Amino acid sequence: MSVAVRARSRRRYQLRRLTNAVMLGLTGLATVAAVLPLLWILAYVSREGGRFLSLDFFTRLPTPVGVPGGGVSNAIVGSAILVGLACLFAIPPGILAAIYAAAHPHTPLGVALRFGTDVLSGVPSIVIGIFAYTVVVLPQRHFSALAGGAALAVIMLPIIVRTTEEMLKLVPVNLREASLSLGAPEWKTTLRVVLPAALDGVITGAMLGIARVAGEAAPLMLTAFGNPFLSTDITQPIAALPHTIFVYAIAPYKDWHDKAWTTALVLIALVLALNVGARLLIGWRRRQLSGR
Amino acid sequence: MTALAQVHDQTSDATAANKMQVLNLAVYYGAFRALADIDLDVLEHRITAIIGPSGCGKSTLLRALNRLNDLIPNARATGQVMLDGVDLYAPGVDVVDVRRQVGMVFQRPNPFPKSIYDNVAYGPRLYGIHDKRELDTIVERSLGQAALWDEVKDLLPKSALTLSGGQQQRLCIARALAVEPEVILMDEPASALDPIATLKIEDLMRQLIKDYTIVVVTHNMQQAARVSDYTAFLLMDEKRAGRLIEYGPSRELFTNPQDKRTEDYITGRFG
Repeated sequence: MSVAVRARSRRRYQLRRLTNAVMLGLTGLATVAAVLPLLWILAYVSREGGRFLSLDFFTRLPTPVGVPGGGVSNAIVGSAILVGLACLFAIPPGILAAIYAAAHPHTPLGVALRFGTDVLSGVPSIVIGIFAYTVVVLPQRHFSALAGGAALAVIMLPIIVRTTEEMLKLVPVNLREASLSLGAPEWKTTLRVVLPAALDGVITGAMLGIARVAGEAAPLMLTAFGNPFLSTDITQPIAALPHTIFVYAIAPYKDWHDKAWTTALVLIALVLALNVGARLLIGWRRRQLSGR
Repeated sequence: MTALAQVHDQTSDATAANKMQVLNLAVYYGAFRALADIDLDVLEHRITAIIGPSGCGKSTLLRALNRLNDLIPNARATGQVMLDGVDLYAPGVDVVDVRRQVGMVFQRPNPFPKSIYDNVAYGPRLYGIHDKRELDTIVERSLGQAALWDEVKDLLPKSALTLSGGQQQRLCIARALAVEPEVILMDEPASALDPIATLKIEDLMRQLIKDYTIVVVTHNMQQAARVSDYTAFLLMDEKRAGRLIEYGPSRELFTNPQDKRTEDYITGRFG
């Protein structure tokens, strides 16, 4: 190697190292930029909402403007009922549809299902609220938890179908074949081998769906409507945390603004708790299976 | 003379009954013909090995024997596969019944993500056996036949995934035995295992043919020579369709092949 070649080679190497350092810096910056909003939101909501957090906030009903104290127990119970109803309406048909789509991806119905769920997941939630208003609220002639649950279920459905379908596809073919070659019919194979093997993913999908709909306010204005009292009657209007946040936040009263922050904190904490709970459950199941 | 060689000597008899008969079988994937003109006898209580280079249709042939190819869209078979005189491809034959009689062990160990006990009990439960004592008996018997009982008898509630690869494969064999199939198909059952685990599987196969009939696909010629009583050599023709080139007692096929192509293959001139 001549001296000139060696010098050129060294320059190229240094240039490469420089490029590497610059790109590494840029990607690191991008990572921080991606995580920053989340941390910011959490910090801000904790600071603004944390000041008024008390046990009462979980157990008491809202107080009128200017009356200190009170809580959002009606909205916590309402959100639980609404999300529960949505799960009831969305998860069983969602999983069944996903099983069909995973088993028959190329049939016309399978293609239509995939296309349909893609389109549905792009429909604005307010439109789904109007839809639920038209098909549930109008015939019943009044707002209800049932209508709210139905609206949330429609939002949840595509998330459940797509994640479940992807998880089912990840189950190794040779597990299915093992079951079939023992003389198991297809449906028993799906029920006893494929679905249990994909259960972690299915639970994760359900959690994503729950996290998404638990924060929806727009469709609930047209369906569940809100309720200042504690109600567990699914045929009657019902309160919900995101809707309560909205109502408190647009009011012209300082103490309601504070309550909006606290309600937001409660909502985030509850969704987070649910997620962590599901992760722990999945982790425990994995450890059981791998024997560690 | 080794024990294996003695077993081989006994197979030169003509007393073994025909368990399965493949008659003029062809398998198509869409328009592509993967197997053509296959005629093969599988003798009862014997090990039949299917050998040949990659892509010659070994696995396709094996999977045709319990209709597992039915799962592949556009796959279809013509000809006949007889089991005890009944054509498995005849109209009206339930594919689920076929697979209950012709079990399968796969290349990679594929235990279900369940307990060891539940893996073995899976098949019997499918057939409606739920009595605890009856299941216990079947599980112990099957694991015993698969030479695994002593290793796992205290670990039955543990996940099957905690076992080593060789143990998992023997568990899969036990799982297949639990439903007492007529024939057991094995698709390269030892290719994912180390030499010692491989030896265990081969010993086990020799034990099992006292009660069962085995068809094994292998691309390991030494293994075929060691373990099998009969060997079928497959090769693809110029249209890439797999054809049966030679079939006979393993000792003869490996020492005195009748076809030039068999000789070339087993002496390592190609493959």
